[in-house]
Amino acid sequence: MTSTLAAPRSPYARTPRKNGVNWEKWGWIYMRVSGVVLVVLIFGHLFVNLMVGEGVSALNFAFVAGKLTTPFWQWWDVAMLWLALIHGGNGMRTLVNDYATTRIGRGILKSSILAAVVILIVLGTLVVFTFDPCPAGQPADLLPTFCQAL
Amino acid sequence: MPQNSAEALTAQRKTTSRRPAGTLYRGREGMWSWVLHRITGVAIFFFLLVHILDTALVRVSPEAYNAVISQYQTPLMGLGEVALVGAIVFHAFNGLRIIAIDFWNAKYQRVLFYVVIGLWVVTMLAFVPRHLINVFSH
Repeated sequence: MTSTLAAPRSPYARTPRKNGVNWEKWGWIYMRVSGVVLVVLIFGHLFVNLMVGEGVSALNFAFVAGKLTTPFWQWWDVAMLWLALIHGGNGMRTLVNDYATTRIGRGILKSSILAAVVILIVLGTLVVFTFDPCPAGQPADLLPTFCQAL
Repeated sequence: MPQNSAEALTAQRKTTSRRPAGTLYRGREGMWSWVLHRITGVAIFFFLLVHILDTALVRVSPEAYNAVISQYQTPLMGLGEVALVGAIVFHAFNGLRIIAIDFWNAKYQRVLFYVVIGLWVVTMLAFVPRHLINVFSH
């Protein structure tokens, strides 16, 4: 029986898969494409919510209601929600692959990340598109001023 | 056989550049930017989970949303927002640096790290005083 030893420091022998989608490659591309878009979306979000006017001190239901009644901010927030959660979830998956040592540990952690991402995407999308800026029976001083015209 | 492995080693030296594969992330600026990118990424991820849940309270009632958002306006959380924005700004600029060294040229990665730090300082100088005035004057 003869066995051949590879020369020291020779690259790992990789057998590239002949068929199927290379999901790791598309994940790698997704992190970069979504990252660039998220820089614009999140810097815009932080500027409008923390820098304009009185910043964080001005945030309340009426402020959010004013934003979420315009399609522009609805789509801004929904795009941020989907892109950021998938970007963050995929990043956490990378860390789990790097640091979780057992197969079952990786399985539990990655399932938890997936569950958190899916639940929060569904929740956030429903909130944005079913939002009522003028809920009935609420104190008028907590609602945006345009509710008085109703 | 020693002859062969020496040849293999020489061949590998020839095929790789001056910088063997992988060492962008071993030691010095390349490593520390990578460490910071991971730490800030994890911190932002967990904030994102909380932030979606607190924003979802707009669907419950104005009182519920205002009760939670007023917690973000306390001095302690105001300082926390400085840390959060600092983490986001670093992660954003270093992410653009990663894209630049992946698609453009890795030999500038070290100087780009200091560009990231410089842009981070400028951005934080624009944000922190204004934010702290908003937090502490109310």
